[in-house]
Amino acid sequence: MSRYYSKDHEWLEIDNNVGIVGITDYAQHQLGDITYVELPEVGTEIKQFSIFCTIESVKAASDVYAPVSGKIIEVNSRLENEPEIINKSPEEEGWIVKVEISDTSELKNLMDKASYENYIKELD
Amino acid sequence: MNFCPHTPEDIREMCSVCNVNEVDDLFKELPVEEIDFKKLGKGISEYEGYNLILNLARKNNLLSYHFLGAGFYDHIIPSVVDFVASRSEFYTAYTPYQPECSQGTLQSLFEYQTAICNLTDLEVTNASLYDGGTALAEAVLMSLRITKREKIIMDKSVNPIYRNIVKTYLKFLPYELIEVETEEIEPDFGKIKSLLDSNVACFVFQNPTFYGSVHDWTDLINFAHEKNILAVSSVYPISLGIVKTPGKMGVDIATGEGQSLGNPLSFGGPYFGFLVTKKVYIRNMPGRIVGETLDRNNKRAYVLTLQAREQHIKRHRATSNICSNEGLCALRALVYLCSLGKSGLKELALINFSKSEYMKKKLIEIGLVIKNNATTFNEFVVKFNRPAKEIFSTLLSKNIAFGIPLYLFGGSENDILINVTEKMSKYNIDNVCSILEAIL
Repeated sequence: MSRYYSKDHEWLEIDNNVGIVGITDYAQHQLGDITYVELPEVGTEIKQFSIFCTIESVKAASDVYAPVSGKIIEVNSRLENEPEIINKSPEEEGWIVKVEISDTSELKNLMDKASYENYIKELD
Repeated sequence: MNFCPHTPEDIREMCSVCNVNEVDDLFKELPVEEIDFKKLGKGISEYEGYNLILNLARKNNLLSYHFLGAGFYDHIIPSVVDFVASRSEFYTAYTPYQPECSQGTLQSLFEYQTAICNLTDLEVTNASLYDGGTALAEAVLMSLRITKREKIIMDKSVNPIYRNIVKTYLKFLPYELIEVETEEIEPDFGKIKSLLDSNVACFVFQNPTFYGSVHDWTDLINFAHEKNILAVSSVYPISLGIVKTPGKMGVDIATGEGQSLGNPLSFGGPYFGFLVTKKVYIRNMPGRIVGETLDRNNKRAYVLTLQAREQHIKRHRATSNICSNEGLCALRALVYLCSLGKSGLKELALINFSKSEYMKKKLIEIGLVIKNNATTFNEFVVKFNRPAKEIFSTLLSKNIAFGIPLYLFGGSENDILINVTEKMSKYNIDNVCSILEAIL
């Protein structure tokens, strides 16, 4: 399994043809306490870098962008009642959706862990 | 997020759309130099001004009494309502955004919310909306957001003004609104049922209807729920003292005009709308919601909550443009409901019901026809055998406003919508009926 990162601070973990998507620890820190996650519906087709979900925190409501195109096959319904999981475990338990990836060539538009770490260092 | 309302770039863009070079050009046409301010004359003293206005006011023909309703009702307002609402802590309070200095306002709105939930038997409401019509339109939009469907079925016995507001809200949105003709003046349940398919977001009705008829919509609501269609209703809050509540019928979003709860008719406002729904839909509800919590010292405290959905946090993603509420009118409703209490509201509703039943009986005795097939709550339609306009004018010349002729709302020329509240005395009813008998 390998992990990819987007410039919009989403992570994508690939397991066969299925991608698990969440927001990074950096992103959850920026947002502050998360109060609500407006989850998409299973079956929705998403396009790389388009909005598929909104996360509300005490500070702002932010869009989450799809790191890769495909079809949503599962959502983390725990987030409906416990959105704070994203604060506690953004890159594990706080995953948001699972996506059936439609075009693996899009992965080249994403960063690996080391590049992402450099990227956020530059932002700070 | 740019916090400047309009940047120089925005202003340039707007000016170019209007074909002007700068904002001042828009006002060039105003003939400020030509206005002769001297013509306005010299000032007058306060006393002279007072008398001038008083003499103008005396020219008004004051009504002896009236039977006007159609969504706005003349009820007795206990003096405690004016007393509490005019206290400066409430009257001049500005915004409850800062909970540390607005606890009184927030508490009153929280208690208002509690009262509205109790009144309607539903779970969550906001701190009020602008009026009954916009509340209904917001409820329709809510149902579209919740179901992600695009069709709305609306019964034509919903107040025509509200129907127009809903139509206006939907005018430029990609949704289909189907209005269902009534059978005479009663809802056509069969027709509405036949239109409830899986593309429908909600069906909209009013209880009592615009014509005053009371129905139990429970069966149709259950049928709609089987197809995941939401039931949206507009209600007359005073009627809920005796009429089956929207919550008991299974309504998903109930709305209404709050004027009858302690707000005077005052030439059309300000009034307030209420919108109350099931807890599961709270995230899709517009407006502001006051919540109760504990502060750091474990003391009870009130805050605006779930604002995250609205302008402050959600900004351009906000689910509606509602960013305020009718706080003072809502406060009046709270004081009114508290002063009546549960049994008082029931008693009041019964008095309203009985007085209008008495008037119906008297009208039938003088040979008139009541058009409603159903039971009515303090309002009903009388049919005459000649134009209602004539009847209305004759009675108006005797300073009695005898209901609302329905041709004004596209109804039959011979029909008048009559409203009788607790304010109407038996003497007045007998009097107007004998005048009517004489002119028929």
